[in-house]
Amino acid sequence: MIVFLIKRLANAAFVMLVVALMAFMIFRFVGDPVQLMVNEQTTQAERDELRERLGLNQSMPMQYLHFVANAVQGDFGISYRNQQEVMSLIAERFPATIELVLMATIISLVLGVPLGVITAIHRGKWYSEGLQFLSIIGVSLPSFVIGIMLILVFSVMFNILPAFGRGDVVNIGWWTTGLLTPSGRAALILPSIALSFYQITLVMRLVRAEMLEVLRSDFIKFARARGVPAWRVHYSHALRNCLMPVVTMTAMNIGSLIAFALITETVFQWPGMGLLFIQAVTFVDIPVMAAYLCIVSFIFVALNTLVDITYALIDPRLRNAKA
Amino acid sequence: MTVNLTSPSLFARIRQSDLWYSFTRQRSAVFAAILLAVLIISAFTAPLYAPQNPFDPAQLELWNAEIPPIWLEGGQWPYLLGTDTQGRDILSAILYGSRISILIGIASVVFALLIGIGSGLAAGYYGGFVENALMRVGDILLSIPTILIAILVSAIVRELLPVNLRDVGAAGVLVLAIVLSGWVQYARTVRAQTAVERRKEYVQAAQLLKVPARRIMFSHILPNTLTPILVAATLNFGMAILTEATLSFLGIGMPPSQPSLGTLIRLGNQFLFSGMWWIVLFPVLQLCLLVVSVNLLGDWLRDALNPKLR
Amino acid sequence: MFFKSTLLAGVAIACFATAGSAQTLRWGAARDINSLDPYSYGSTFTISFLNHVYEGLVRYNADLQIEPALATEWEVLPNNIWRFKLRQGVKFHDGADFTADDVVSSLARVSHPDSPLKGNLPAFKSATKVDDYTVDIELVGTYPLLLNDLTNIHMFDAGWLKDHNAELPTDVAKKVEGYPTFNANGTGPFIVESRVPDSKTVLVVNDNWWDTPKHNLKRIEFTPIASDATRVAALLSGEIDFTEKAPVQDLPRLAATPTVKVMEANELRTIMFGFNFQDKLANGQPNFFQHKEMREAVALAIDLNLIRDKVMRGKSRVTGTVVAPAIPGYDAALDVPSVYDPEKAAAMIKELGAEGFAFEIVCANDVWLNEEEICNAMVSMLTRVGLAPTLSIGPNAVQQIKQTNGEADMFSFGWANEPMLDAYSILLQVFQTKSDNAGVFNWGGWSYPELDKLIIAASTELDRTKRLALESQALKIVKDESIMLPFHQQPMAWATSDKVESVVQLSDNKGRHWLTRMTE
Repeated sequence: MIVFLIKRLANAAFVMLVVALMAFMIFRFVGDPVQLMVNEQTTQAERDELRERLGLNQSMPMQYLHFVANAVQGDFGISYRNQQEVMSLIAERFPATIELVLMATIISLVLGVPLGVITAIHRGKWYSEGLQFLSIIGVSLPSFVIGIMLILVFSVMFNILPAFGRGDVVNIGWWTTGLLTPSGRAALILPSIALSFYQITLVMRLVRAEMLEVLRSDFIKFARARGVPAWRVHYSHALRNCLMPVVTMTAMNIGSLIAFALITETVFQWPGMGLLFIQAVTFVDIPVMAAYLCIVSFIFVALNTLVDITYALIDPRLRNAKA
Repeated sequence: MTVNLTSPSLFARIRQSDLWYSFTRQRSAVFAAILLAVLIISAFTAPLYAPQNPFDPAQLELWNAEIPPIWLEGGQWPYLLGTDTQGRDILSAILYGSRISILIGIASVVFALLIGIGSGLAAGYYGGFVENALMRVGDILLSIPTILIAILVSAIVRELLPVNLRDVGAAGVLVLAIVLSGWVQYARTVRAQTAVERRKEYVQAAQLLKVPARRIMFSHILPNTLTPILVAATLNFGMAILTEATLSFLGIGMPPSQPSLGTLIRLGNQFLFSGMWWIVLFPVLQLCLLVVSVNLLGDWLRDALNPKLR
Repeated sequence: MFFKSTLLAGVAIACFATAGSAQTLRWGAARDINSLDPYSYGSTFTISFLNHVYEGLVRYNADLQIEPALATEWEVLPNNIWRFKLRQGVKFHDGADFTADDVVSSLARVSHPDSPLKGNLPAFKSATKVDDYTVDIELVGTYPLLLNDLTNIHMFDAGWLKDHNAELPTDVAKKVEGYPTFNANGTGPFIVESRVPDSKTVLVVNDNWWDTPKHNLKRIEFTPIASDATRVAALLSGEIDFTEKAPVQDLPRLAATPTVKVMEANELRTIMFGFNFQDKLANGQPNFFQHKEMREAVALAIDLNLIRDKVMRGKSRVTGTVVAPAIPGYDAALDVPSVYDPEKAAAMIKELGAEGFAFEIVCANDVWLNEEEICNAMVSMLTRVGLAPTLSIGPNAVQQIKQTNGEADMFSFGWANEPMLDAYSILLQVFQTKSDNAGVFNWGGWSYPELDKLIIAASTELDRTKRLALESQALKIVKDESIMLPFHQQPMAWATSDKVESVVQLSDNKGRHWLTRMTE
């Protein structure tokens, strides 16, 4: 077990090192930081001096080492655009993105699981086929289109929900939350629906597939034969058995939801990490881009590793197969 | 000892299986197939009948900007669906735009398949170092959300291209960005399947008969792994079109001089509230129809090829 | 684990804002300010926003004439020294008195070699305190435009700067944050209550302001909403009360909405196109733009009226000269727009042997109004007269690097002559031959000795009439040589909700909410 743990963690660390290398490469390739930081009047000598101070004269491996050493301590330097420490910039935006992603995840589970059960139990009925068809449209609509449509309908036509931003927020330590104010809750609705759309269909399809499989298994047949009521068979026996993969997928997908949130955040001007990243891309604010890449990948890798380790704890057979 | 070295080909299996039967039974699948065919054919034959080549700046005339669709007051022949703010005919633009979107989709799926199948076969068949190296690369790529890979690759590669190649290379950059995160899935599937098949008796028998490794891989193992790959490829084709549209919508995809559907939506989005709804609505509809038809087909294919669900 | 939770320690409950109350102005801006530090960034928009918090020694009044602000009077002494008498009884937001030390300290900070804003005070040499309320400013030479420059040089409190280790301008390269980037302590009509970059900046009224307030605001909530469509949606749904950038294409819709008021005018900013004058283009090919005939042919090939009518919805003012009528130095005789004549353009291009001449037009998509569409239209028009332009479009941060490096064959350009409000600004910064402190924006690398002579003469001419005559002569050379092609003065369109009673809109396109009144 310990060997498995170490292997898994080493693997995660290696992946993070490579991600850090990629982030470091952006520094080197997307424009010259010096060029971006000085104004037109700066003389060549001043530019060279700045280059020296930024450590850009060192060899590439040395610069990479420095980058990793600083990144591990949470120091990604200072944003060119906001002139603020990148980590504190990201820490400010972090709660906004996490609230959005968690809300989207909750919506996707609350809607996705029952829909999946219904379409599985009533396979072949017109309404479950209809739901299946709708779910395909759900995965086919790009999230920016969904966002634009929601704004058009709920903000402009009916004027009942805000079109942008996060509303009023309340600080709890360094965390900010919009859940405690009416305007904050209202502002959360449209973006989290837009973000959850894709996820709802994923959950629904997964639950449906798992349910169909479980319903065919012997213990369900046995339960039915024993005369257990249908609803108990479906919701208690069957559903419980297919929740594990749903929970796993949801946990692993939080990472990619954080990344995909950048599109939703752009459409709704939601002040999260994704919007910060997109603004950084257009401003070539490389420290922010690099930090965002590292942090989102870190969350992604951490979740994956955690899920793997949990699985290994539950099911010892996997320890050898995966490592 | 006789060994049947020719496993049935995919197409033979399709004809023999009840796939075709299932296809004709499923109205949505037939509908999707017809719709997709119409969309693809109309996009690729567009130069023959489209009123305008929207990629040729000399054909854009500002005088003809913002004409509404033909059934509205002020509509003009031949601008059936109206024009945008550059005097670009919307119908021509979405046909040419779909062509770019479809081409990028096909190219990224084909390249991802080639790389994925090749590396998956090699990894599964040879195991050891090859397997470790390839799968570790895959791990890393899967550790970064696809949309981030795409954004970073398109941002970095674009910077590396010489100035005068950036427009021309934009489509290539997008394909590269999508392929980079797309091939891993195929590689993993093929590797897993190959590792299983490799231990089967027919392969071991073939090895004993000194059949070359390449031949064992491609003509024996590969056909047995194709079913899940085919389903994945169809669904990924839809995903690739969406990814391209998303990148273009964010302004890091196709340039406005060669607009894809995503670029058209980005440009049209600015006019959402100005009453010129046709500029954004028709590209959105076209994109949705395209992806919905692909996904309907993929979905049907998955169900039909999954024996458990029959 | 990976966050430094240094910021916002402790539990603080944010204000439950009285959003939408009559005296809160919710400002939905097209972009965020770069910083709370007016000296950190040469951005007109940032500085104009910070005018609500900080003030200069002098300011523009509602007629764009200079009037006393923190200084009450001034006189010019011999040896290029200007003596300023300061207003007494002015207090900073933290309660400190405004004195001569503050002026000396502020001017030292803004003119420091690391200061990105030092170009806004070009003639400054040194400042000395005479007594608590008198300051002498020494200039490097005779210079007529000091007051114009000083309108936007904001006054900091010397003690506050010292306490927070901010006496030098913030230097990004040192990788440290500057205290004034996130905190402010000015003398102006509003006090910064909170700021979250890219999200919200809240100002509250300064009850101890030295001047009599003409506004009736209690709060300003400033929210950047970059997307045009989202900003319009917010305005239509009543989530914001004011925007300084209503997209021109949405004006009819907005004007037809009963709860929205639209205010339009022409801006001081002139949009123009410049050329690369070097021997080779960015792609290494020979450069036809060195020929004056080529530049004239480009001018003839562009239908300015069509761009005005279609792209700018008839809202822009087509111009024949590079400065707006309201800018001193403007000469109506030069303001004759070029006439669209594609046949003549094609013939001229043929004569030069430049058919199929391939070059790149470098434009940004986030600076001027509808710039992307203007540039697209140019590509079409130039293609039709036999040229082969391609368009490079991207965010300004990326495009400007190409432009400053001389890698842009043709580029879009805009100049408002702010804050100087004098044609000398564009002549010095754009048209004079590139040298130490002239021609900073001479991106094409042009050089006309007779033009330089006129500009230098204007810089030391204290007689206003003579100086403006020199400037007009210089502008005539600019036009005759077609160094840049003037397009139009941008329209500016503001929009307010019906909660706003009156807003003062001047042609410099700056929000002045210390003059704004809301319905009570």
